[in-house]
Amino acid sequence: MNNRIEEHAVLDTASDKETVEITVDGITIPAEKGEPILAALLANGIRINRYTAKKHEPRGLFCGIGQCTDCAMVVNGRPNVRTCITPVEAGMVIKTQEGIEGV
Amino acid sequence: MAIQETGCLDYKELTGLRQVPSDVRYTHGPVAVIECVQCIPCNPCESSCSKNAIHIGDPITNLPELDEEKCIGCGICVSRCPGLAIFIVDKTYTKTTAAVSFPYEYIPLPKEGDMVRAVNRKGEYVCDGRIVKIMNPKSFDHTPVVTVEIPFEQADEIRGMERL
Amino acid sequence: MEKKEVVVVGAGPAGLAAAIEAAKAGAKVLVVDLNMKPGGQLFKQIHKFFGSSAHHAGTRGIDIGSELLEEAEKNGVEIWLNSTVIGLFPGNKVAIENGATGTEKKLVTVKAEEIIVATGASENVVRFKGWTTPGVMGAGAAQTMINVHHVKPGRRAVMLGSGNVGLIVSYQMMQAGIDVAALVEAAPKIGGYAVHAAKIRRAGVPIYTGHTIVEVCPGADGTVGKVVIAEVGSDFKPVPGTEQTIEADLVTIATGLKPVTELLRLMKCRLEFDGLFGGYVPLHNKRMETSVKNIFAAGDATGVEEASTALEEGRLAGISAAEALGYIVRSDAESEREIIWKRLDALRMGPFGERRMIEKNKILDEFNGKVGTPVPEFQEV
Repeated sequence: MNNRIEEHAVLDTASDKETVEITVDGITIPAEKGEPILAALLANGIRINRYTAKKHEPRGLFCGIGQCTDCAMVVNGRPNVRTCITPVEAGMVIKTQEGIEGV
Repeated sequence: MAIQETGCLDYKELTGLRQVPSDVRYTHGPVAVIECVQCIPCNPCESSCSKNAIHIGDPITNLPELDEEKCIGCGICVSRCPGLAIFIVDKTYTKTTAAVSFPYEYIPLPKEGDMVRAVNRKGEYVCDGRIVKIMNPKSFDHTPVVTVEIPFEQADEIRGMERL
Repeated sequence: MEKKEVVVVGAGPAGLAAAIEAAKAGAKVLVVDLNMKPGGQLFKQIHKFFGSSAHHAGTRGIDIGSELLEEAEKNGVEIWLNSTVIGLFPGNKVAIENGATGTEKKLVTVKAEEIIVATGASENVVRFKGWTTPGVMGAGAAQTMINVHHVKPGRRAVMLGSGNVGLIVSYQMMQAGIDVAALVEAAPKIGGYAVHAAKIRRAGVPIYTGHTIVEVCPGADGTVGKVVIAEVGSDFKPVPGTEQTIEADLVTIATGLKPVTELLRLMKCRLEFDGLFGGYVPLHNKRMETSVKNIFAAGDATGVEEASTALEEGRLAGISAAEALGYIVRSDAESEREIIWKRLDALRMGPFGERRMIEKNKILDEFNGKVGTPVPEFQEV
């Protein structure tokens, strides 16, 4: 699934970023270096970022600007990383977060 | 006005306001129809017209007034209105058809000669129309102005096309 | 501890405009923003702005943003991105989680002579059954994804809220290739500008006034699958039996913004609740100075309005901060401020603007009444 906007009436959507690979729950996906991790996930159709601690309910993008923490995931072993404001780096290992302490 | 409940103007609400041309003026050729009915501080239409045919003045919340004698229906104001609320209507295009120009900021753009589904202010399909002109110079800053040929009777209703 | 003459919190239109004015006058300015890109909401506004053609009207927000950035750079403004101001402390100490220099963030304290808080506003939420389902998001979040990061957060949307944000983001979603199945508004009338509503109606988007979302149901993958809307009565409660189901995988909420004022609260700036402005806002005078000396505020943080008013308020704050430091003499500052206030008055006209004018005047009056004008005279050069 490719949710990237390749063409737009007003915006120049041609990417000037390098394509890199990151893994999400063990699956390798293409991403653009420097874009928010969340954008790379959405581009690949991934919309669930974590599950809540008590009721194991899914959460995903809500505010998009680093204020609500619904997009928090485990990144390179570190939990509670706000993926909407954290830039992609090549080889990042990302996991869907369970609860507040990560997997 | 009904527009604040539905988002759609009734053309009758416009006539009598100083933004629409008189019946006589329509017989002279293409002319601007400014469907702007709320007092918002805004005046790019006034400054965009090279013929000084649009007047807002001070304060800039005044509704625009069209000087229909000065207006030549060139379409520049259509691309400059931030509200995308100006149209060019040519009721003299042919004996049986009129031409309506509207701003269109979607892709893909149609091409001249294409047949498209023309819509009214409610987005409802009214009839098919033929694209006769597309203006998209750099100075329009990504607001192409599309002209569609439609039956004469629909000239006051057609204000766009279904997206491709 | 690093010392700066002016620290501006927030690199949106108010913050950048403030930084430019202060830097032009000669002050050393640091702007801090938690995002990875400056410009605040400006880089998401791909539509042409209203206003006076003498001041950016007809220009797209994104282009205004680029112009501001260029001017800031030209005037030597320092900008730390990926950096969060986590607290303000007595003595004008600014605690910053500085991520500007790499992925490892460092805690840094900066002593500022003047602080300008331009933290903008954040989106409200409406809670209906299923509101936490992934695929339900703020309209601003959808706008950020499509206009800044060029990705679609869904394929078919229901928009909740008919203010300008709801109307404009619906239009922008269609430009991005997302279908907008419906716009839902609880009030009997559309809240935003008629021309914005008109262009989405022309594009075939139905506007359901007097309706609300009662439930969002997940699809098989656990994200949004269906949206149930219903009519509301005059009490804004859903009317049983009027439910309709709309197929959608995206729900965007545009039900108002509230000013972000935590830092002002930490410094005990006097705040008052203002419904039209979106929540608690700081009392301030015509210099944009709050009830606490050397702390200024500008833009949506002082009350939710528009980018144009944010720019002008930022200029006022920047000029006033520079004046407080002695870089501008009082008479020059006064005359510059007078010109800007005239422009603000022009922006706050018409049926939409005049309500904001009334509220802004209330804030200025409250400042005079409750805080008085004991803000000490600035030193003359």
